[in-house]
Parts: sequence; C-alpha cells; structure tokens
Amino acid sequence: MARASSREGFGQKYGALLALAALIVFNMIFTRYFLNLQTLYVNFTQVATIVIVATGMTLVIATGGIDLSVGSLMAISGALAPMLFLNESLPPILGVALAFVLPVLTAGAFGLFNGFLITRYAIQPIIATLVLFIAGRGIAQVVTNGNLTTFSNMTFQFIGRGRPLGLPFQVLLMFALVALIAWVIRATIFGRYVLAIGGNEAAAKLSGVPVSRVKLAVYGISGLLSGLAGLIVIAINSSSDANQVGLNMELDAIAAVAVGGTALTGGKVNVFGTLIGALIIQLIRYTLLAKGVPDAVALIVKAVIIILAVYSQRVRQS
Amino acid sequence: MRSELLLEMRDITKTFPGVRALTNASLRVGSGEVHALIGQNGAGKSTLIKILTGAYRRDSGSVVFAGASVDFRSPQAAQIGGVSTIYQEVNLVLYRSVAENIFMGREPKRFGLIDWKRMNQEAKVLLERFNIFIDVTQPLGSYNIAIQQMTAIARAVSVKAKLVVMDEPTSSLDDAEVEVLFDVIRQLKASGVSVIFVSHRLDELYAVCDFVTIMRDGQTVLESPIKDIGKLELVAKMLNRDLSDVQSSGQTGFTARTRNASDGALRLEASDLQRGRALRGVSLSIHEGEIVGLAGLLGSGRTETARALFGADQLSSGQVAFDGRQKQFKTPGDAIQAGIGLCSEDRKLEGIIPYLSVRENLTLALLPQLAKNGVVDRARQAEIVNRFITRMGIKTAGADQPIRELSGGNQQKVLLARWMCLNPKLLILDEPTRGVDVGAKAEIQSLIQELAMDGLSVLMISSELEELFEGSDRVVVLRDGQSVATLTHDQISQESIMQAMAHGATINAGTGVNLESAL
Repeated sequence: MARASSREGFGQKYGALLALAALIVFNMIFTRYFLNLQTLYVNFTQVATIVIVATGMTLVIATGGIDLSVGSLMAISGALAPMLFLNESLPPILGVALAFVLPVLTAGAFGLFNGFLITRYAIQPIIATLVLFIAGRGIAQVVTNGNLTTFSNMTFQFIGRGRPLGLPFQVLLMFALVALIAWVIRATIFGRYVLAIGGNEAAAKLSGVPVSRVKLAVYGISGLLSGLAGLIVIAINSSSDANQVGLNMELDAIAAVAVGGTALTGGKVNVFGTLIGALIIQLIRYTLLAKGVPDAVALIVKAVIIILAVYSQRVRQS
Repeated sequence: MRSELLLEMRDITKTFPGVRALTNASLRVGSGEVHALIGQNGAGKSTLIKILTGAYRRDSGSVVFAGASVDFRSPQAAQIGGVSTIYQEVNLVLYRSVAENIFMGREPKRFGLIDWKRMNQEAKVLLERFNIFIDVTQPLGSYNIAIQQMTAIARAVSVKAKLVVMDEPTSSLDDAEVEVLFDVIRQLKASGVSVIFVSHRLDELYAVCDFVTIMRDGQTVLESPIKDIGKLELVAKMLNRDLSDVQSSGQTGFTARTRNASDGALRLEASDLQRGRALRGVSLSIHEGEIVGLAGLLGSGRTETARALFGADQLSSGQVAFDGRQKQFKTPGDAIQAGIGLCSEDRKLEGIIPYLSVRENLTLALLPQLAKNGVVDRARQAEIVNRFITRMGIKTAGADQPIRELSGGNQQKVLLARWMCLNPKLLILDEPTRGVDVGAKAEIQSLIQELAMDGLSVLMISSELEELFEGSDRVVVLRDGQSVATLTHDQISQESIMQAMAHGATINAGTGVNLESAL
C-alpha cells in the first residue's frame, strides 16, 4: 500500500488540503474577525449546497460521465416546493411534508431521465444532460409563470435555517451526506461497480457488472441531491426564483470535484476531496469579499484555481 | 564480423518506489543489425526500452547512440534523435485516417495547411512497400488490428529512424502478416537501419534476428550471436534453469492426458451459431472436464464465437444448450450466473480495471456473492483474494497494489483468478497465454489442465499450435466464420490443425472427423 501511494507525490495527494490550510492561515492573519464561530457558520452554510450537489457529481464523474443539469434540477425542485407548502387546500403539515418529498423525487426522476438517455441511446453524458440543463430551467419558469414567490414558513425553512444543537441544519446534512457517499464508495458493491465502470467499462461489462443499472442509479442520485439542494436554497432565501436558484451550480460542483482530486476521466474518486475542493472555492470567494474585491474578480480567481487543479492532475498522470 | 555499434547502453540502473527494476543492465546493438531482446515478464526489457526511448529517465548509467552520448527526455525527443518505437498495444488514433496516423505531428504542409493530396499519396506508397494495398483515407479503426500494426510500423519507418524498437509486434498478426513484417525488417536491415525485436516467440527470433540479449531480474545475463545458441539453452538462460529441466518438461505446461475426457456428461452444445458476417454457422460441443481447443486464423470467428456463447454479443440465429437446457444469454451477467466465465483476449481493453487494486480486480465478478445487503464482506473478500494470490503465485506487493503496476503475466493470473473464484462450470479462455512470459505461460497451462481434471470444462482459443496440440482433448477448427472440422485425440497434430485452418477438413469422415455440411 505504501508503495502504491508513494507514486503520487506528497504535493498531489495533499495539495488540496495544503491549499485549504494556507487559505485559513492567511485569513487568520489578515482578515479581522475571521476566527469566530459566526464566520465558520457563514462559510459552511454557503458551501453546503455546493457540497451536496458535488457529492452526487462525484459519483457521476467517477463513472466517467458528467451532469450539467444539476442547477436546473435545483430550480425545478425550488419551484415545486412552495406550490405544496403554500397550497391552502392541503393541511399545513401534509403540505410541508409533501414539499420535502415530491420536489426531491421529481428531480430524482429527471436524473433518471438523464441516465436513460445515456444508457439506452448511448448519448454522451455532456450532451444528454445538456438537454435538461436547458429545458429544466424552462420547466421551472413555466411552472411558476416566471414569478418570484416569497414566503415565510418556519417549518419548511428548518432545512435551511434550523439550528439543532446550535448547528446549522444544512451543514449537518452536508457532513452526513459526504460521509454516506464516501462509505457507499468504500464499502458497497455499488461503489465498486461505479469505479469499475469508470476505470474500464468494457471489462466491467464482461465481468457481469450491470452497467446500465449502475449508471441510471448514479444520475438518479445526482438528481435527488440536486433536488434537496434546491429546497435548501429557497429556504435560506425565503423566496423561490426560477431564474436564480441553482444558477451556475453545475460549474461550482464540477470545479469542487476537480479540485478535490477525483479524476475527470473516471475510475478514481475522492469524496472527502470534493468537500475540501468546495471549501477552497468558498473560502477564496469569502476572502476576496472580505478584502473588498468585487465578485467579478472572484470569478477569475476561481478559474485560476481550476486550472491549477487540472494541472496537478496532469502531473499525476505522467 | 559485427558491424560498428549504433547503440551502447551501459550500467543502466533504475529504481521505482519499492522495486529495483534494472541493475547495471546493458544493451549493445550494431548498425544494420536485428537484435532480439528477450526475458520473462518483469525481467526489465520494457523498462530498458522505455529508458532508451525517453519514456523513463535512468537513475545512472550511460547511453551512447550513433557516436554521441544521449539522454532523451521524451519519446518525441527520441524520435527526432532517430529512435522509433512500435509498442505492444497499438498506440494510434482510431478515428483518424490511416494517412493521418502515419504523418501525425509532421504532416506535409502547403501554405500552412495540410497538403492532403501529398500526404495520402506518400502514405499509400509507404504501405505498398509492405505489400499492403488499402484506402489510406479511411479511418484506421475500420481496419483490423494487423493493418493497424503495419500502419504503426510504416509510421516508424517513415520518420527515417536509425533504430526501430518493436515491442512484441507479432502478437496480433497471423502467419502471412508476420512474413510481411519480416520482409519489412529485412528491408530495414538492408538499408542500414537497426531493429530491436522483443518477442516471446522463439521461432521468430531465429527467423529474423542476428544477435540476442537475454535479461533476467533486471540484469543482462547474456549477449550472443543468435546462431551460436540453441532454443533450449535460450529458454534455460531466461528461466535460470538447468538444460535438463527444460528438456524433460516438453514445449508447454501441458502434460500427456491420461483419460478420455469426452466421456463426461455434455456440458455445452452450440449448433449453427450465426451473427452477421462474423459467424456463419459454428457448431461445437464441450463435455464435463474436457478442454476443447478452438483453432482458426485471425478473423475466422474465434473471438466472436466466445463472445456469443457468453452473451456479450447477440446471435441472429442458432441454439445453445447448457447442461441440457436451451439457453439464450442476454448479458454476460446471465452467462456468469449459469456458471460460465470468459477471459478475454485483450487484457488492457477488456480485462483489467487499471486503477483498481488486485483485490478489487480479482473479485469483480464475485462481488454479488460477497455482499450482504449490498455491503461487501471485507473479511471474506480478503480471505479469498489471499488464497488465490498464493495459489496462483501472483507476484504483487500486496492485494492493495493497483493492477496496472503488475507485469502482463501476473495481470493474466489475476484475471484467471477472477473467474476461478466463482467456481465456474465452463471457462472460455481467449488466448490465455498471449503476451505472457515463458515461465508464467507454463504455470497457466498446467493450471488449466489441473482445473479440467477437477471437472471444469474449458474452451481454449489459441493461435499457438503447440498449445492446442498438447493441451486439447478435441480441437474445433473455424474457417471464415464456420466450424469446418472437429479433430479428436489421435487426429490432433499440428499438421492436421493447419490443414483444416487452411482448407477445411481433409481427413475423410471414415476416420472420425466430422465434416460439416457447410463445406
């Protein structure tokens, strides 16, 4: 084992972690009030939705695919939920319960549709998921007539604003999901199949791996997690705007996966790396904001980080 | 008598983390010389070649090429310096045309654009020199692997190399194509180009090489004119065994069979399998504990038959009965559940999952049986993996080592173990010893035989006549997608197999050969 891991240099293996540590140290020294619980909560609550979507994306990328539709699926789920918990013909409790379940399942079903296109018609994932990337946000806008919905429903908004034990609920959810997916990859047959398909699909097929079923599941899971993230976003904002929910999420999620060290070619995966990757991106955004650098510049810095991540992957391969 | 040296590699040492791949290895090649480089897998041949061609950097030692000390930093630098390499697995772009592949990276230009006319013309001329007449504007992927290989060679030749390195160039060629390749090599030699020729087929070395260098355990153990050393001595040097050991053990790892295996119950019967142009009427049967050889030239439908039986490809017509029941396997998964395994021909493309560990590769097909509620039972997995690593003599740093770091022979053993741990009833082996060193080859062959003794049925595809001849209880011969003959026991000889491959069955039905109606 020592031999296998020693082939990848220290810098590549712990590069993301080192970058995160450097960012934290930088802020400790140069950013006022950085070392306080409030700052920690702000960063974690802002990063939670990216991480939740990116864990699903990690599974998709591990099979050698990609999912561009995640942001649009968030918008669909965000559009559906208020229609349920604001619906006066439903008892309030039932409305909220359905608002947690149906939008997420709908997003999951759309995820399965992605998988169906990919497995049944052998469409390349980037094209197949482009379909819902475009159409998904359209569906969300049609459902809401393009209107912004504002609301105040603390039962529903617990998912984005609740603080059990004083900790933000979505942050707990985020850690639980990362741990769950990491466990799935490590311990279950499904996890081994995901890696086998990403590593060599033809070989996996000849070894009896149910390739189509695994791919369907992976895109379905990505859809479910996107739907969940959509609910969190509208709960935090107390409003649902089909034009805004989940906008550019696919890019943040892919960037987090890439920075975290999961191979974009598939077959190699690092779920905790994805968490680190998302934290790096978040902390850079926070740092620049704290320093008064405009958001537009933050975008450029984000791009530079992605280049560095991809570069470190190239070094790893040679 | 030897011409002046073109290449002299001295005291080359290379260490990978945890393994010393080369220790003071040397290699000397004269100009215009065809030089055989042989050794078991893991002996260091590939590492030495990769150092020469700039894919790896040496730790110490010197390389003198064409009178100057060199240290190529990349394969491109080596190519510019005059060293071209043809790799074991064809390394070309299947979607681009044959001509583009030959000239990739140095396309003839006109006004800054690619001069297509000139490029296609030159590619055509180049291939015609090797007696290959094809449309060079077609995608490379539309041609068979032999043509692809010749394209790789044409590419190497066209860069005006002083030294061409061929790493097992013949492993995917049939006899006629090998002859063409040898003509090319002789042409190269006549024009003063040197060739380093890596192969596991001894006959080929003697047919075309002048000198031989033998490597073992990362060291050079012998350099000699090839005519001064006999085949047995060569094998003995390679394996570090006494000559008498080698002589007593025959040509393959198979020993004489003592019983009539076709007395067992019928395990599989396939009749009149059809699929497009690849399969046009294949019939065969396999009994319990029987090794049936499947012979035929390249493109005769051997691999297609294997895939069809395994459910990897769907038949357009034909019947398969397994253990007395009609079966139609829709996926490999169905076939695996019925008790069939298939070890495919191309280890890299269809066998290994490169980044996964030996453990995960070995248990890939077994996983459903290793799980409770979808969670893998790690303890049982480890127990099975360790048992098979020991039993098969797999050389690995541990079950956690990624399989891509293993030598070809050890990878093949892991893939065999992938099926053996399922306790299958029928194992289909497509070229089980291709690209595997002599030692591992004998081990794999005797293992196959041992399994058959225990009742396993084996369908063995092989291009090596000795393997079919010494290993099979019966041999089914395919020709142009049809089964043309079934040879039993005393009819099996290298001559009879070749006869059938070339002309269909020539022995008449009275002596027991089944003449298929397709003739």
